[in-house]
Amino acid sequence: MSKGDKVVVLDFWASPFCARVKIALEEKGVDHVDNEEDIFGKKSELLLKSNPIHQKVPVLLHNDKPVLESSIIVSYIDHVWSSNSLLPDNAYDLAKATFWADFIDKKVFETGRSIWASNGEEREVGTRDFIEVLKHLEEALGEKKYFGGDAFGYVDIIAIPHSAWFLAYETLGGFKIEDHSPKISAWIKRCLQRDSVKNVLPDPEKVYQFVLHFRKMSGLE
Amino acid sequence: MADNVVLLDFWPSSYGMRVKIALEEKGITYECRQEDFQAKSSLLLEMNPIHKLIPVLIHNGKPVCESLNVIEYIDEVWNYKPSLLPSDPYKRSQARFWGDYIDKNVYSIRRKVWIGKGKEQEESKKKFIECLKTLEQELGDKPYFGGEEFGYVDVALIPFTSWFYTYEIYGKLNIEEECPKLVTWAKRCMEKESVAKSLPHPHKIYGFAKQYKQRHGLE
Repeated sequence: MSKGDKVVVLDFWASPFCARVKIALEEKGVDHVDNEEDIFGKKSELLLKSNPIHQKVPVLLHNDKPVLESSIIVSYIDHVWSSNSLLPDNAYDLAKATFWADFIDKKVFETGRSIWASNGEEREVGTRDFIEVLKHLEEALGEKKYFGGDAFGYVDIIAIPHSAWFLAYETLGGFKIEDHSPKISAWIKRCLQRDSVKNVLPDPEKVYQFVLHFRKMSGLE
Repeated sequence: MADNVVLLDFWPSSYGMRVKIALEEKGITYECRQEDFQAKSSLLLEMNPIHKLIPVLIHNGKPVCESLNVIEYIDEVWNYKPSLLPSDPYKRSQARFWGDYIDKNVYSIRRKVWIGKGKEQEESKKKFIECLKTLEQELGDKPYFGGEEFGYVDVALIPFTSWFYTYEIYGKLNIEEECPKLVTWAKRCMEKESVAKSLPHPHKIYGFAKQYKQRHGLE
C-alpha cells in the first residue's frame, strides 16, 4: 500500500472493539488518525453516514471508504497490509481462529456486562458465567505463548482489549482472574509487553472509574 | 485426495442449509447426518463441545463450526469456481458485514415472529420487515447480493426464505407485498440446483413448526 493512504478510525477510548482496530493498525505500522466519538451524546455526521445501519464505533475509513465490525476490520487490515500476517495461512487454522474470535465476540463483553451492570444475585450468576468463559479461553490457549502459537496474531488482537475491563469485573465481582485462569493471566501480561497493546489499551483504573460513573448514571448504584 | 466430508445437521435449520448450499455449489460429495436435539450424538458433543450446536462440518475428521465460518472454510479449501467470497479485500469485508448483519438481526427477531404472542410478536414482526427491507435496499437492482454471481450473502440469507411461509401464517404477514424485490431474488436463487436441493419445502417447515409449538404448548 502506498504512503498516500488515508486511514481514519472512528473511535471511543474505552471500547475494546475500537482497541482491536488500533492494535491491528499499530502491528502493521499503518499511520492513522483516531477521531473520538461522543457515543453517549451526539454522534458525528461522519459516523452516522459511514455506519447508518448500526451507528456504532469502530469504523475504519480507508481512503474514505468505511469498513465496519471490528473482527471484519482486523481481517481487512491483515489482507490490505499483508506483511507480517495476523491470520493463519491454512484454511483449518483460519477457521479455528475465526471460531474463537466469534466466541470472544459473543461471550466476553456480554458476560462481563452481566457483572458490572447488575447487583446481588444477578451479579453472582454473571461472575460465574464469566469465569466459565475464561476457562474455555484458557483451554483454547493451552501451553501456547499466544492463541495462534508462537506469534501474536488475530485471536490475541480480538481478545486482549477486553483485559482493560478486567479490573472492573474483578473489583465488582469480588474475584481474581489469576486464581481461576492463570494461563490467561500470564498471556495478558505477555501481550501488555508489546508496544501495539501498551500504546493502545486504556488504563484499567480509568475504565473502572468509567464503569462506576456509568452505573451511577444508569441508577445501578 | 479422497476427502472425507461429514455434515452434522438438523433439517429445518437455516444454518445447516447454508452449509449444504455451499457444498453443492462446489460439487463436494458429503455425508449428511441428522442430529436429534433431544439426544445429541456423542460425535456432535465431541466436535462442538463449546456450543453443542449444528451445523458442524467434519473434514477429514477435523471439525469446523459456525455456519458463516464454514462457508469461508469451504471457499478457501475448495478454491475453484464458483467462488463464494470476493477476492477484493474491501468487497470481502462488505460481504462479511452483511453476513454478520443477517446473523445479528434475522436470527434473533424471527423466532418471536412465529413463536411470540401479543405485543412482543407485533414488535418483532415490525423489526423483521424492517430488517428485510434493509436487505432489499442493499440488494437494489442486482440479480444477487454480490452482483452478477450468486455468493456468500445469498448463501447466508436464502435458507431463511424456506421459513417465510411459516412466518406468514403465524405472523399474519405478506412478505411479497412488503418486499417484492427480495421475493423475486429468492425465486431466482431457487432456480439454482444447489439451493433447490438444500432447502426443504416451506410446507414441510410449517409442519415442523406446528409440531414444535404443539409439543411445547405454544399453539
